[in-house]
Amino acid sequence: MSEIQIELEILRYDPEKDREPHFETYAVTCQDDWMVLDAINYVKDHLDTTLSYRWSCHMAVCGSCGMMIDGEPKLACKAPVSNYANQKARIEPLANFPIERDLVVVMDDFMDKLKRVKPFVIRKEEKPIEEGEYRQSPAELKKYKQFTLCINCLCCYAACPQYALIPEFIGPAALTMAHRYNQDSRDQGLAERHDEVAAPVGAWDCSFAGECSEVCPKHVDPAAALQQLKIATTVQWYKGLIGMGGK
Amino acid sequence: MAYVRPVSKTSWYLARRSYTVHMLQELTSIFVGMFALILLWGISAVAGGPDTYQAFLDSLRSPVMVVILWVSTVVMFYHAVAWFSVTPKAMPIQRGEEFVPAGIIAGAHYAAWFVVSLLVLLLAGVF
Amino acid sequence: MAKINKAFFWSLFAAGGTLTAFVFPVLVLIVLLSAHGNPPEIMGFEQMQRLLSNWLVKIAALGTVALALWHAAHRLRTALHGLGLRADGAVAAIGYGVALLGTVLTAYYLLQI
Repeated sequence: MSEIQIELEILRYDPEKDREPHFETYAVTCQDDWMVLDAINYVKDHLDTTLSYRWSCHMAVCGSCGMMIDGEPKLACKAPVSNYANQKARIEPLANFPIERDLVVVMDDFMDKLKRVKPFVIRKEEKPIEEGEYRQSPAELKKYKQFTLCINCLCCYAACPQYALIPEFIGPAALTMAHRYNQDSRDQGLAERHDEVAAPVGAWDCSFAGECSEVCPKHVDPAAALQQLKIATTVQWYKGLIGMGGK
Repeated sequence: MAYVRPVSKTSWYLARRSYTVHMLQELTSIFVGMFALILLWGISAVAGGPDTYQAFLDSLRSPVMVVILWVSTVVMFYHAVAWFSVTPKAMPIQRGEEFVPAGIIAGAHYAAWFVVSLLVLLLAGVF
Repeated sequence: MAKINKAFFWSLFAAGGTLTAFVFPVLVLIVLLSAHGNPPEIMGFEQMQRLLSNWLVKIAALGTVALALWHAAHRLRTALHGLGLRADGAVAAIGYGVALLGTVLTAYYLLQI
């Protein structure tokens, strides 16, 4: 187990004291198997207890520690310090979100958009209990399974150029959730989600830059979901034109 | 007060190489549109009779048109390759529990492209 | 109104992109050959006129030119917005307007052949 020296240039912002963010540099001696999150924890524990940031599981399943590391949106718990050995690594909060404090961003916009796409199974009619459970074959599950892996880390929003330019854009993760439920055989809510998804700020503001899929730490491939959603939404729209819109 | 970082509306695509590539890809549509207009020009020339059509053919040989057509040729091939490589993402084909590999879907498109192109060249009398 | 338009324009963009991906490379090659003074047989006036008198060919030609124009109009609308041109309404009107004009003109000339 050897040691690695890195310098973290971390964005600091105290809403009660600062007008603007500024950077502070911390030199950290790391173990060679540390992640950037470990180095940040070291800073908080030993160098500057005022540093604020989100983290939890340290194993890339909770989605809390998303941040910009040298301009790339990443999970800090999944970024080895060995990639930044003997260098300065710039740590900033996730792009395209307002900064609450230090590395903490305001996520309200996403939470609101997530609600709007109705990310839950919608039934036109619930089956009575006596009829038993909703059964789903492995093939039916496979159809949408990849899109269920999203951990809401918001790295995709930080990477998306359209979200940067058009803050009203519903965005990759929320739209992928809409598609995930549309593809779920138990769901009958496609027509209900259509209005949100078919709005200009829904699927259409996606320009297929593909950045979201590039940065997604869980390989959800939101870009694919969004293109599939565009096709499904177009079909639904044409159906609506000829009066067949009530899926 | 939460701090909102400004984003340049006019130069954001220069910040990352992948953004620049994406923007250039979008701008290839200029050449698609331009070539469509050249086709329209040609059709109007045919409608105008043999002399008008000959004038059209002669205009094609001007240096400006030659350059435009060379650039357009490169751009069209790039457009086709880029389009076929992302088509599998937009149209996943599921067979049972597995998805048809993207390479096969893209490969089928390339094969069809090759066949169509060959047929058109044959019809045109290039061979 | 806007939401209706976007699905419609996007479907034209997608169809146009697919069609042009398949046929534009070979078509531009043929025109390029002509520009180098080596026009393939089909580029001769009689052959072209005969080809374009066929109704199936007319429909195919109209479809190709039109979809290509609508594809370009929609894609450029997004691209220009990305380049900082905020007047989306104006860009859309001009772009789709040119596509519409091109479509009508193509049909007009094809009908004369």
